[in-house]
This record gives sequence, structure tokens and C-alpha cells, in this order.
Amino acid sequence: MISFYKATKKCILICACLIGSSQFASAQMENDGIMIPQNYLCPGLMYSHSSWTNYWEGTFKRNNGNLGTVSSNEYNLMVTYGLAKNLIATAGLPYIKTNASAGTLEGQKGLQDISLNIKWKALQIITGKSKFSFFASVTGSTPISNYSADYEPLALGSHSRNFTARAVVDYVFGKYFFTGSGAYTNRSDITIDRNSYFTTVLINSNQVMLPNMSNYNFRTGYRSKYFIAEAIADISTSLGGFDITKNNMPFPSNRMNMTSVGANLRYRFKSFYNLELTASDQYVTSGRNMGQSNMIMGGVSYIFSLKSDKKTPQINYYKN
Amino acid sequence: MKNYSTYIRLFALSFFVLCFATCKKDIVDRSAKYPALNPANEDLNADTWKTVLVTDPTVFTVNAPDATNSPAYVADLNEIKGYQRNLSTSQLAIIKYWSAGAVLRWNEILRELVAKHNLPPYQNPDGSYPAPSSANPFAYPQFPFSNPPYAARAYAYVSAAQYDALVTAYHFKKLYNRSAPYVIDANVQALIPKSSLPSYPSEDAVVSGASVEVMKLLFPTEIAFIEQKAAEEKLYRIMAGANVRGELDAGESLGKQVADLFTARARTDKAGAAIGNQAYWTQLQTQTAAKGEQYWISLESPKRPPMLPLFGKVKPFLFDTATVAAIRPGPPYSTNSPEFKQAVDEVLYFSQHATRENLQQVEFWADGVGTFTPPGHWNAIAADEFVKQNYSEVRWARNLALLNMAEMDAAIVCWDTKYFYFNPRPTQVNPQIKTLTGIPNFPSYSSGHSNFSAAAATILTYLLPDRGTKFTDLANQAAMSRLYGAIHTRQDVEVGLTTGAAVGQYAVLRAQNDGAGTGN
Repeated sequence: MISFYKATKKCILICACLIGSSQFASAQMENDGIMIPQNYLCPGLMYSHSSWTNYWEGTFKRNNGNLGTVSSNEYNLMVTYGLAKNLIATAGLPYIKTNASAGTLEGQKGLQDISLNIKWKALQIITGKSKFSFFASVTGSTPISNYSADYEPLALGSHSRNFTARAVVDYVFGKYFFTGSGAYTNRSDITIDRNSYFTTVLINSNQVMLPNMSNYNFRTGYRSKYFIAEAIADISTSLGGFDITKNNMPFPSNRMNMTSVGANLRYRFKSFYNLELTASDQYVTSGRNMGQSNMIMGGVSYIFSLKSDKKTPQINYYKN
Repeated sequence: MKNYSTYIRLFALSFFVLCFATCKKDIVDRSAKYPALNPANEDLNADTWKTVLVTDPTVFTVNAPDATNSPAYVADLNEIKGYQRNLSTSQLAIIKYWSAGAVLRWNEILRELVAKHNLPPYQNPDGSYPAPSSANPFAYPQFPFSNPPYAARAYAYVSAAQYDALVTAYHFKKLYNRSAPYVIDANVQALIPKSSLPSYPSEDAVVSGASVEVMKLLFPTEIAFIEQKAAEEKLYRIMAGANVRGELDAGESLGKQVADLFTARARTDKAGAAIGNQAYWTQLQTQTAAKGEQYWISLESPKRPPMLPLFGKVKPFLFDTATVAAIRPGPPYSTNSPEFKQAVDEVLYFSQHATRENLQQVEFWADGVGTFTPPGHWNAIAADEFVKQNYSEVRWARNLALLNMAEMDAAIVCWDTKYFYFNPRPTQVNPQIKTLTGIPNFPSYSSGHSNFSAAAATILTYLLPDRGTKFTDLANQAAMSRLYGAIHTRQDVEVGLTTGAAVGQYAVLRAQNDGAGTGN
């Protein structure tokens, strides 16, 4: 029992970081209530597969025989580091491969956007079995390769520089929790390969202004020291942009809205605490100018301390 | 370890600054930066230039203007002075916009409408496709589907009508020799560069009158938008002190009268029947199969009827119908030949070895669904160059008419060729070939992009010889983008360039003999 307790102190698992994957643009790290201790490093690798056959052209739901099923396979290299007692940083680098099962359009592949998130646990209030934690986080991302954004719907991403500010509140009662967060994402203008394009008007420029985004994320479920099972609801909204007109091609500055629901599991082995396994599924229930995608994700991460502390911090999912 | 952490914090901070500081700038449309038109040469002899359809300017009615001491003219001057007392920011913006030139702005408006309506119809539930109907233009699919041949024809009619209307206007300008309002009344300010051209009838109104009338026929669902632009342009001339209302009304009327010749031609040029019918679509297959050749089939799902298979029968502007067949290139490689297989293998190579540079070239020239099409792209290229030339309105119109008649006739010759041979796309022959842009829904041989681009480059190089090989280089890039994009074989591209250049030569021939000279 004692050794078990010590081992618990030693490690923690995090890094269920769902950055990227084209449609699911927000990092899970930034919207949950989990931290890692100072000077701990947690590298991880996530794989996700998302696909859609139906999509919304504006608000009109349809499929397209010239695309079939559009899929995206993503490998995301992540690393989280405990910068200070209540401050962690997470970097992510996704490699993405897209494909359309029908039609003639060639898929794309390559590195997408490198991202960095800093999350700060600003305040914690504990009363009896209840615990309130408040977090603030910022995320920046920038394209790391010269992929084309103007290759919808098989583009790797929007090729914009993004800056996201998010506020998170985490409430734990016993082993049950609720986490809610809201975020605002500023997206830079992008440069495309043509110097004229039509949105709702003709624009003679190779610069495209992308709408900013808002995001609300809600997660609730069971959280113990070694295990999290949570249900997720996510609402992303473009603060501007225009609808795809009937039978037109999509464009990076479309109004892309999406509501999705999902479930997420995070688990580590009692006998090998450094290792965490993550699995999740997320399904788009409604959208606008988006594919109705389902995404499955699996990940593994490994946490260790960069220095041999005499006093190992006591930290785990539950404690956090 | 503390230093470690400091470095990471510093890095993080600079990263966020990078991501945040490059946020958002308003997009500057390069056409918004065009300067006010200030012609180096007013082309005062333009009334002698060779017109396209007009044979005699005196058949049109342009009443003599009011005397400049008449109450009507004084009232017109007072209208200008009333506006000029208190111009709002948005009114000044209207002046700035239109001062770049009427022909230029109407060309841009047309490009916008082409892009907006360049959408293939969505299929019916049974997998068939509805066709747009000019008789019922608002019903889905709206009329028109401004695909490349339709667009080429639209640009040609609008440009040619503007040109004939302006040449005719010069006849009346000289006849009546009315000075501009700012010359007659010192209290009228000229808010745009002054012109020595007689101002009755107004050249701006002639252009808008002709444009509106032709565009009403070509884009019947956009009439309200088009009329609003025309009203704004009229207002601009008054607010800028450039024309009195009477000059604008006379110009608009003349523009519409001239346009009537063009709309009458457009109604009978056989474009309306270019869509063909099921019997004809089947006949294209059987006659190609009878020659022992593999025939084209639609690569869309569900299969879509071929795009405007009878567009090759449309009446050209620069030559007669017999010449269309005479210019038509010889046959492509037989689909059974080793040369054809080799050509398709080369396409497969580019499909499988797509570099970012190739994709960039493909995307720059794609001009596919939802765009102003390749002829529109060449109009944009021409406009960017013509702006630097300080052309008069009439020379703007003449040069765009030459370009766009060449583009329309290139479309006719190219479509004639495509449906004469009914040759399959490389992707159809080898489904392993994936394309870097949408696959067009018409036969492969020869490349439309190559025809359009070579025709445009030929006339533009004649008009602007000091640009050297600029336009030819661009045309070659446009053409090769179709091979890199795995849309066309090298033969499609090379033959398309040759045929397009041959069509362009007819525009050059016209330009050499229309009395306008080089203007340089």
C-alpha cells in the first residue's frame, strides 16, 4: 500500500492532447482541468483518423460523388513540460494525410502547424468534497510547411497563424467533475496561390481574411487517480465568413461552424505509472460549411521528471 | 534547470507575439489602387476607327444638346454645384472608384458576375442534371452557368458593344463639340483629371448604357445590381463635375441603341443551342467509336452531359464559320497508339510527382468553378497592364474588344476541336492519374487553357510590344499548368497553344487595320 502511494506520487499522465486534426482545431490540453508537476516532461504521440461523407454546403446537407468519403489521418507529436508549479507548456506538431475516396482529386500530405500552449492554474478553491479550479491559457500556432490552404476540402489546414485565449473552470465533486471553457481565436490573413477570388464579391488580391473563431467546450464524467472517462460537447463558431454557394467549391474563409459530441478515456497502468493511454471518439452533430466527420483518436504518452527530486510532488488526475 | 525554464518562457513569449502580431490586415484589392484615368492621348480620331457591328453612326438618334445658356443646362450645372457643396466620404469613394475608368470598371463588374455564376448545376434526385433556362432565369439552376465558353462570349459581346458605342459617341462628340461643365462654368470643380474631349454625349454613360443592355441579356438575374452600378456611375460623373445630366442621358441612350445591334446578334449566334441534346451526346460517342477511337466520358458522378458540345457552331467575331473548320488542328494521337500511351504515362508521372511549385502553378491558373474563368484571368492580366498605359476610354474599349473577340473565337475553335475528336481525358484512360484541380467536364484535345492563353498572349503582345515575351511566357505557364495538374497531355497543351496563337493572329490582323494604330 505504501509503495503504491509512492508510485502514485511519482508520476502522472497527461497529454491527451487533441491538437489539430483539421476540423477539431482546439487542443484538448488547453480545455481540460489537468496539470503536470514542475520540471516534468511528457512526450506523446497521437494518431487520429477522421472521415466524412456528408457535408453542409451552407446549411444544405449533401454528399458528393466526386469526393466520396473524405478522410484525414493525423500523427501528432506532442510534448508537455511543467514550467512552474501552476504553469505548463504543451507543444504539438501534426503530420496529416488527406484523401478522397472518389473523384479525381489528389490527396495532400505533410506537416501542418506547430502549436504551443501555455496553461496557468490561476486559482483553486476547496470546500469539503468540492473543488473549483480556474485556468487561463493561450495557444499560438503557425504553419511549418508551405502547404496550400486553397485546396479545399483536401487542404491540410487554413495555413493561418492563430492565437487563442481560453478561460477554463473545472469543478470536481468526489470523483465526478465538470469542466467548461470558452475561447476566442484570432486568425491571420493568409496568402493563396491565385491573385483573384470570389467570396460574395470579387477580390483582386492573393490575401484572404479569415474569420475569427469562438469555441465552447464542456466535459463531464468520472475522474480518479488513474482513469478519466468523460463525455464532451464542443461548439465552434466562425465569427464571419460566407456560405459555400450551391455546388461550389469550399474556400478557406467560409463560415465554418460545428457542434460535436464525443467521449474520451484516459488510463494509466498502476504498475507502470509513466505511461498513459488515451482513446476518444468525436462526432459532428451539426455544422455549416463543414464535413460531418467522425474522428477516432488513440494516443500514448510517457511522463518523467527532468531532475531527481528528493521530494516528489504528489500529483494525479484526481488531485489536480 | 531554472535557466532552462527561462529560455522556454522567452521562447513561448516570442512565439505568441509572432502568432498574434501577424493578425489581421484589411485586404487591399489591387484594383482599388488604380489611379484616376488621365489619358496621355484622347484619340480624337476615334470616330474613324473600324467598328465591329456598327456601319453608320448617323442611324442613331442623339438629339442636339441644350444650349449652354438654356435654363435646362443651368439647372444641370446647379445639380453639380449642389452635390459639390457637401460631398460625403462615401460619395468621394464613389468618385475615386469610377475615376479609374468606365471600361475598366465594367470589365471588373462583368468578371465578378462571371465568377458568381460559374457554377455547374447540382444534380436531380434521379442523377440527371437540370439545365439553366434563359426563359426562367431565377429557377434553379439560375441562368446562366457562366462556364468558360459562355464567359468568353460574354466578355466579347460587352467589350465589342462598348467599343462600337464609344466610336459612335466620338462621332457625336465631334458633331456637337460641347465643352465640359468645368470649362463652361468656373464654379464647377473638376474632381478628376480634366479632359479636352467634347463632353456630349458622355463617354462614361455610353459605356454604361451599352454594358447594361448587353449584360441584362447575359445575366438576367443581376439586372437590379447592374442598374444600381450604372446609376452610381452617372452620379459619379455629376458629383465629379465631369458631365451634366443631359450629357449622361444622351450617352446612355446612345449606348443602349448601339447595344441593340449586339443583343440582336447574340440572340441568333447559335450559343443558345450549344448545350445540344441526348441524341447528339450519344451521336458523339458512336461516331468516335466508329473511327476506332476511345471516346470521352464524363468523369463526374453522376455523369454529367458534356459542356456546350455545339459551342463550336457559334458565330465568331473575327472570321467566318468556314474558318473555324480550317483552323481546327489535325487529330490527336490515336487512343490505341503507343504515342498516346506514352503521353498519358507522362501525365501519370506529373500526378505522382506533384511538387509544391507545380501545385502553385496549377492553382494560379486553375480558373475553375466559381472563378472568372481563363478568359477572365486574361482580362485581369490585360487590365493590370492597360492601367499603366494611360489609355483613353475608347482605346481601353478597343483593346479589350480585340482581346475578348480573340478569346471568344478561341473558345469556338477549341470547342469545335474538342467535339470533333471527342478525345478522352488522361484520367479516364488511366484512373491512377489523380488531378491537382477539378477535372473539366468536356473532352481533352486540345487544352482550353492553352487556346485561351495563346490567343490572349498573341494580341496582347501585339498591343504592348515593349512587354517582350511576358505574355507568351505567361501563356506557356498557363498551358503547362494543365500538364502539371494532370488534366491534359503535353500534346493537348502544345496543340492548344498553336491553335490559340492562330486565332490571336486574326485579332492582330484586325488591330493592324482598324485605324487605331498602336497607341504607344
